[in-house]
Amino acid sequence: MQLTRRDAILMGAGAALTVALPLRAFAAKGDEAIAAFTGGAEVGEGDIKLTAPEIAENGNTVPIEVSSGSAVEIMVLAMGNPTPAVATFKFGPLAASRSASTRIRLAGTQDVVAIAKLEDGSFVKSASTVKVTIGGCGG
Amino acid sequence: MISRRDFLQTSMAASAILGASGFGQWGRLAAQQALTQDQLLEFDTFGNVSLIHITDIHAQLKPIYFREPSLNLGVGMNKGKVPHITGADFRKMYGINDGSYAHYALSSGDFAALAQGFGRVGGLDRVATVINQIRSDRPDALLLDGGDTWHGSYTCYHTEGQDMVDVMNALKPDAMTFHWEFTLGSERVQEIVEGLPFAALGQNIFDAEWDEPAELFPPYKFFERGGVKIAVIGQAFPYMPIANPGWMFPEYSFGIRDENMQEMVDQVRAEGAELVVCLSHNGFDVDKKMASIVKGIDVILSGHTHDALPEPVLVGETIIVASGSNGKFVSRVDLDVRDGRMMGFRHKLIPILSDVITPDADVAAVIDQVRAPYEDTLAEVIGHSDSLLYRRGNFNGTWDDLICDALLSEREADIALSPGVRWGPSILPGQDITREDLWNVTSMSYGEAYRNEMTGEFLHVVLEDVADNIFNPDPYYQQGGDMVRTGGLGYRIDISKPQGERITDMTLLKTGEKIDASKTYQVAGWASVNEGTEGPMIWDVVEAHIRKQGTVTATGNDSVEVVGI
Repeated sequence: MQLTRRDAILMGAGAALTVALPLRAFAAKGDEAIAAFTGGAEVGEGDIKLTAPEIAENGNTVPIEVSSGSAVEIMVLAMGNPTPAVATFKFGPLAASRSASTRIRLAGTQDVVAIAKLEDGSFVKSASTVKVTIGGCGG
Repeated sequence: MISRRDFLQTSMAASAILGASGFGQWGRLAAQQALTQDQLLEFDTFGNVSLIHITDIHAQLKPIYFREPSLNLGVGMNKGKVPHITGADFRKMYGINDGSYAHYALSSGDFAALAQGFGRVGGLDRVATVINQIRSDRPDALLLDGGDTWHGSYTCYHTEGQDMVDVMNALKPDAMTFHWEFTLGSERVQEIVEGLPFAALGQNIFDAEWDEPAELFPPYKFFERGGVKIAVIGQAFPYMPIANPGWMFPEYSFGIRDENMQEMVDQVRAEGAELVVCLSHNGFDVDKKMASIVKGIDVILSGHTHDALPEPVLVGETIIVASGSNGKFVSRVDLDVRDGRMMGFRHKLIPILSDVITPDADVAAVIDQVRAPYEDTLAEVIGHSDSLLYRRGNFNGTWDDLICDALLSEREADIALSPGVRWGPSILPGQDITREDLWNVTSMSYGEAYRNEMTGEFLHVVLEDVADNIFNPDPYYQQGGDMVRTGGLGYRIDISKPQGERITDMTLLKTGEKIDASKTYQVAGWASVNEGTEGPMIWDVVEAHIRKQGTVTATGNDSVEVVGI
């Protein structure tokens, strides 16, 4: 087989530079959004569950799920995205299941945060780091 | 009254003693050159259930040489813990004599010399003999295949896995889980799985569109053995679409999904399971973490990271068994299950020493049959090696150095990248390299060797990204495998640092200059996960290189400096 420089190659190891490093620049905007949601109230741990993959199979569409037995509202944030606020789900007193699932786009490796406002007016939080990676070297 | 935990620990100690004496005996017997098949397989049948585990065969039907790693670094909580102990430290820890069969089979050090004396390992006809022997002790023993079975050889590539399916069917497994199988493409996987005479399991194999369990792969299967109701739950490789080309199986989504694993465990317990076995392709450190989170699994049969451990590791009340790779080992785990719970175990990791274990004639015939159309091509000598060629280790192995050299010269590149996979047998100094040998270390369904321009900055990002997949202190963020191999490029890595700070001092070896972030370099590599990658197949590139060399020499590579250990 003749191999020359003209054996043209399209793509190599990865797509975008932007996926590689944890994004911290937008975290302040996320903190502001949280403060607006909670009115500055203290955020504890408790009745809020966030399910997200450890490593995203596709950073453009990452499935996440939030649930809580006693939430009236759950806010979801992607702390490293240019616009951190993803969605706020509201549940009425007759809601059969206070859970929601959606898919979100992540600009890179970052924390996904869910904050729930509970029936008693308190706020609880759950966070999960989702890694967005080039991948490619599994054993 | 003895608690379950006491009982587990008591029998753990007993097993350790049994294991240790077994290994000591092998050492003495090896010195006398008198090891027999009966001694190798000797096992005092225990309890009422037997599990047989084999994993990560990578389509190695015939006996091979396989060198274990000398460098396998652990990070975070796993620093300095098995399986991150190698060579002489490993032998000391398990009481294995230097120069013994166990030294040769389980650890690195003096590999080429010991291989001359002790011969090849593996061969599924020998594995069949071991399985039959265990079944003669316990006819209803469960045989469980941890996956990475339908990938890794010339015949597997050309039959799209049919050679392995035919031979494995002759061994009569009870269940299997998956990883590289999916790189055959989802259509072919579906075709094979629909015809399998055993269970294809994966609680974490989901439909990508609906994020619901995939119908083709049930999460678990019940077996009634020795009067015990056993649930086997499958756990496929969690990061398939990331570590391998997701475009080849876009219908499927994976992930660890430990919440769902807990649900499955609770469900099978509620349905009366007295023993819960997880057949896993997570990798060892991921399995350890999962065992600490998910409650109620008795045994994890661990695959993916190719570790061979002479004793199970205990996490809480779960034992984790690691059974090596490339057909080199079979694990036998006997369990005493009474009153709905596991009360004790006895375990043996059986090395398949091909000169000691008699091949099973029936399975040997099936192997010959599937190989027959290809024998001439397989046997063709393409060169000769005066060095040991091997792959396993966190950084470069000599096989990888040879592949990188081939990429640099045949593709006229500045820098070569080769994937840090853990499969691929070894070649001894003085051995001919056949086409079969070359395919054993390169065969895959996306073997195109690309040539591409990359900036220094992008190269750094690539190295940082791969390094974090191996050295992230949280095992759930690790994908298994080893560091991407580099040719023409040296660097320093501090494995204790976070992503973005591990890789420094990147150097272009041909000029000795530091890599410039803004400068563009010609980079050749293979096994890209991106769809549409173009280039000649890597086995053709390496064959052309070896033929030009005639005799290859690969003496090692010190261009990667590793710190922070």
